[in-house]
Amino acid sequence: MTEPLLEVTSLVKSYPGHRSRAVDDVSFTVNRGEALGLVGESGSGKSTTARCVAGLIRPDSGSVLLGGQDVTRARGRDIRSLRARMQMVFQDPYSSLNPRMTVEQIVGEGLIVQRMERRAAARRDRVVELLELVGLSADHLGRHPRSFSGGQRQRIAIARALAVSPELLICDEPVSSLDVSMQAQVLNLFRDLRLRLNLSLLFIAHDLAVVRYVCDRVAVMSQGKVVELGDREQVYGHPRHPYTRALLAAVPIPDPRAERARGHAPIG
Amino acid sequence: MSLLSIRDLRVSYPGAAGPAEVVHGIDLDVAPGTRVALVGESGSGKSVIARSVLGLDADASVTGSIRLSGSELVGLPARRLRRFRGSGAGLVFQDPLASLNPVMTIGWQITQPLVIRGVKRKEARRRGIELLERLGVRDAARRFDDYPHQYSGGMRQRVVIAIAVIAEPDLLIADEPTTALDVRVQAQVLALLGELAEERGMSVLLITHDLGIVAGFAQQVVVLRNGRVVERGQTDDIFYRPAHPYTRGLLAAVPRIDADPAVRLATVAPDSPDADGDQASAPAPRPNEVNSA
Repeated sequence: MTEPLLEVTSLVKSYPGHRSRAVDDVSFTVNRGEALGLVGESGSGKSTTARCVAGLIRPDSGSVLLGGQDVTRARGRDIRSLRARMQMVFQDPYSSLNPRMTVEQIVGEGLIVQRMERRAAARRDRVVELLELVGLSADHLGRHPRSFSGGQRQRIAIARALAVSPELLICDEPVSSLDVSMQAQVLNLFRDLRLRLNLSLLFIAHDLAVVRYVCDRVAVMSQGKVVELGDREQVYGHPRHPYTRALLAAVPIPDPRAERARGHAPIG
Repeated sequence: MSLLSIRDLRVSYPGAAGPAEVVHGIDLDVAPGTRVALVGESGSGKSVIARSVLGLDADASVTGSIRLSGSELVGLPARRLRRFRGSGAGLVFQDPLASLNPVMTIGWQITQPLVIRGVKRKEARRRGIELLERLGVRDAARRFDDYPHQYSGGMRQRVVIAIAVIAEPDLLIADEPTTALDVRVQAQVLALLGELAEERGMSVLLITHDLGIVAGFAQQVVVLRNGRVVERGQTDDIFYRPAHPYTRGLLAAVPRIDADPAVRLATVAPDSPDADGDQASAPAPRPNEVNSA
C-alpha cells in the first residue's frame, strides 16, 4: 500500500473563551485520488479541521503531513510550496472572488505567485484551458465576478484552485449556497475533475446526501471528534455510531412514500 | 371553499428601468386544514408571494386578488392589513435571529399577539408558557424571561413559531422555516409544525427550496419558476408522475441518501433564461431514474 497523500494526526484546536475544544484529537488520512467527506452539524469542528489542514489556522497540537511535508510548521517559502500542492474552495462564491479583478486575473493569479507561467500569452492559454475544464470559455476572460451566477462563480473559484495543479483540493461547503440545479452541476464537475486529474478531495459539508454523492470515505464529526470513519457503503448502509444513525434518520428524502415509511409525512 | 385564495397575483418592485415584475399572474388556493408547499429555486418568486399575502414589502406593487377567509387583502391600507397578522395568518421566516427583537424577553414577544388583542397579561403568560412547553422548550416557565441570545438556534425558531401561532391563526405561512437549522433540529421543528397544524386544524403554506422537506410535510405542491406556476398537484403526483420537464429535472438533480451514488445527477431544465453559461456547458442530463420506485 502506498503512503497516504494527507495524514492528519491527533489534531487539537481550541479557541479562547470556549471551554470545549473545537477540534479534539482528530486523525484521518486521504489517499491519492481519494475523496474523503467530513460531515457534521454546525459547531462539530469540521470547518476548523479543514482550516488547520489548509494551514489557514495553526492547531494547538497534532500534525498535518501533506506528502510528508508538515503543514503546521510551514513558514515562508514552505507555505508557498504547500499552496501549489493544496488549494481551497470556499462556501460563498460571492465573497471569495475579488470583485475588482477579471476572471483572467483571478484564475491566473496563482500562476504568477507560484512563478509557473511568466509569459502573459502562455498564462492566458493556461487560464483558458482551466476555464474550459470547468465548463466556461475564453469569452469569460475579461468579465468580472458580478456578471456571473452563483454556480458559475463557484466554477471560477474551482478553476482558480486548479490553476497551480494541486494534488489536494479542500472544499468547505462548496455547494451549500447554490440552488438545486447549480448544485447538481457543480457536484458533477467535482466528480469529473477527480477522475480526469486524479485529484484528492477533502470535502466538508453538512448535507449528508451531497457527501455521499461525491466521497469514497466519510468521517462523521460531533463536538470536535470524529465519531465514525468508514467507507461510504458502511457509514450510510450500516452506521455504527448512534450519532450517525440519528443524523441519517433526520435527512429528508424527496420521496413521499419513503417519508411516510419513516413516519414523517402526512397522509392524503 | 378556500381559506386562502389568490388570483392573478402580480408583484413588481421599483427598478432602475421602471417597475420590474417578479410574479407574473399566479393563482393559488389553500383549503382549510391543508398543507401546501410552494417550491422553487431562487428568483422563482416563492418568498415574494408569501410576503405579499400580508403586505410585508412596502415598496412592492401588488395587483390581482388575495382573499383570506373571504376578505380581500389587496389594496387594503397597512393599518387594516396588520389586523390579519397573527390571528388571520401567522408568519415564520428563515432566520429566527432577524425575526426576534434582541432587547425584549422571549416571553414579552410571545405574549404580544395576545396582549394587543386584549388578553390579560397573566393569562397571556400562562398560555405562552404552555405553548412553549408544547413546542419542546424544556423549563419553559423559567426560561420565559430570557432574551433571544440566551436561546440556541433551534430554540429560537420554536419561539418564532410560538409567536406565529399563539393567536390561533387559521393559516401559517412558513418561509424556509428550517433552512438555517441543523438536520436533526430541522426534523424536530417540522414534526412539531405538523403536529401543531393537526391539533389546531391550521393550514400551512410552506415555502421551501428543499424537495425532501416537501415530501415529508405537504399534501399539495405548487412548483414555481421565474414568477410563474409550472406545475401543481397532490404531493404523490408531483413526485411520482411529474408532468413538467422542470419538475422532473429538479427531482433528478437532488442527491439522495437512498439513491445509487453511481447514477449521475441530472442538470435541470433546458429552457432556463437565467442560467445561460451553466446550461451550455452542462453535461447531458440522464433520464430521471429516481422516481421509478
